[in-house]
Amino acid sequence: MFKPAHEAASRPARLSARRFRSSHAGPFDFEVEAGACVVIQGPSGAGKSVLLRMLADLDPHEGEALLDGAPAISMPPAVWRARVVYQPAEPAWWEATPAAHFDDAQLEDARAHLAQLGLRPDILDDDLQHLSTGERQRLALLRSLSRKPQVLLLDEPTAALDPDGVARVETLLRAHLADGLTILMVSHAPEQARRMASQTWRIDAGKLAGRLAP
Amino acid sequence: MKETVHLGLLDLATASALILLDAGISFALRLGVHRQVLVSAARMVVQLLIVGLVLRVVFAGASPAATLAVVLFMIGAAANEVALRPKQRLARLGNHRISALVVSAAGVATVILALLTAIRPDPWYAPRYAIPLMGIVLGSVLNAASIALDGVLDGAVRERARIEARLALGATFHQAIGPVLREAVRRGLIPIVNQMSAAGIITLPGIMTGQLLAGMDPMEAVKYQILLMFLLAGASGVAAVGAALLGARAISDGRQRLRVDRLRPAAAKRKPAGTRA
Repeated sequence: MFKPAHEAASRPARLSARRFRSSHAGPFDFEVEAGACVVIQGPSGAGKSVLLRMLADLDPHEGEALLDGAPAISMPPAVWRARVVYQPAEPAWWEATPAAHFDDAQLEDARAHLAQLGLRPDILDDDLQHLSTGERQRLALLRSLSRKPQVLLLDEPTAALDPDGVARVETLLRAHLADGLTILMVSHAPEQARRMASQTWRIDAGKLAGRLAP
Repeated sequence: MKETVHLGLLDLATASALILLDAGISFALRLGVHRQVLVSAARMVVQLLIVGLVLRVVFAGASPAATLAVVLFMIGAAANEVALRPKQRLARLGNHRISALVVSAAGVATVILALLTAIRPDPWYAPRYAIPLMGIVLGSVLNAASIALDGVLDGAVRERARIEARLALGATFHQAIGPVLREAVRRGLIPIVNQMSAAGIITLPGIMTGQLLAGMDPMEAVKYQILLMFLLAGASGVAAVGAALLGARAISDGRQRLRVDRLRPAAAKRKPAGTRA
């Protein structure tokens, strides 16, 4: 129906955005390859979370986002959001225990990674109200990964963690990056950008103010 | 039917002494509500007298047009009340559009069903039957629809993080709003369920009381009441489900997003005329 903006012969990028904007942020134009990790920095209220929410198609916007060249509007919203998963800074839970948020196959997947994130083996059946913020944040990451997304949009995924927890999460994320997962991550920690980023973006006043490839 | 009790002006005047008693209590105990008691009593008398006069004219004429006008007025008043009760308001008079549709559909369908099957007056739209029936059905519809609409709109605001968490992980809007929707319908049905359980034991329903006072045989009055309760239950169900579903649809869009940006909290007090939000 249309030609990609870049060379028609090349494979389309994993995630791309064109004239992507809302009344709060944009326009954004970018392409991110499979296996890339973009760390997004910038002052509070600059539009970082707005961009992630728009990419997950949770907020109304203009322009288009594409996954492997296929525009979001070409697939049902639930399908897009399962492939481009957004995890907010304070992930919400709607059942009493972590386990109730997974189906059987997803639960096995999550259980296999508990130890790697420094979580107790029986934590999945605990009452969520009794878990610490850091535990819930790590469980939310397992929940996001269990949906097997192609793009993961993370809003400050390690904000509630101690240095050991941060290192464990980053190790897990690096393994998924190596398997081809694309990550866009909002982070306020410059060291995290140095450790994780294949490119660093700076968003200021709703605009992409700078891109830096290390 | 046995002889009907006829009230004279003197009887009403005697009973009105009780209003003066209320006012006296307020005055003696310095409750400060005597003015309100007297004003609301006077208002009640005037309102009911107007209704009585209008109904007398409409009943006597038995004209379809007059009956329709009264019914439409009642539906409009009930729909307006349903729209204004929820704590959240949809943009562009969304509450009013939903309530007009739900109240008229549930009210008209139930009343016509009753008139054509159980009661069968001649003609079927005879105002003596259609108008009181519509009144009592609308009372239940009003409760069920306003509670369900409030449940879905306010629930969506309160549960926003949870609903969006499910959406973000690939749930459909229907799945994500499901718990809020079910709770809203359930709450909308509570009044009629309570009313049915309490009927006859804790309360004598108003219609039945009226018929007994007017001299009707108790078993006949009871049968009327049972029929009425079934009608009210059906109308409440339709109204609660309709209001909840339309409310849920109004806070979503073509991309199955949760659009709480279309909601505004209802102002605690009405703004002065001429100002707009």
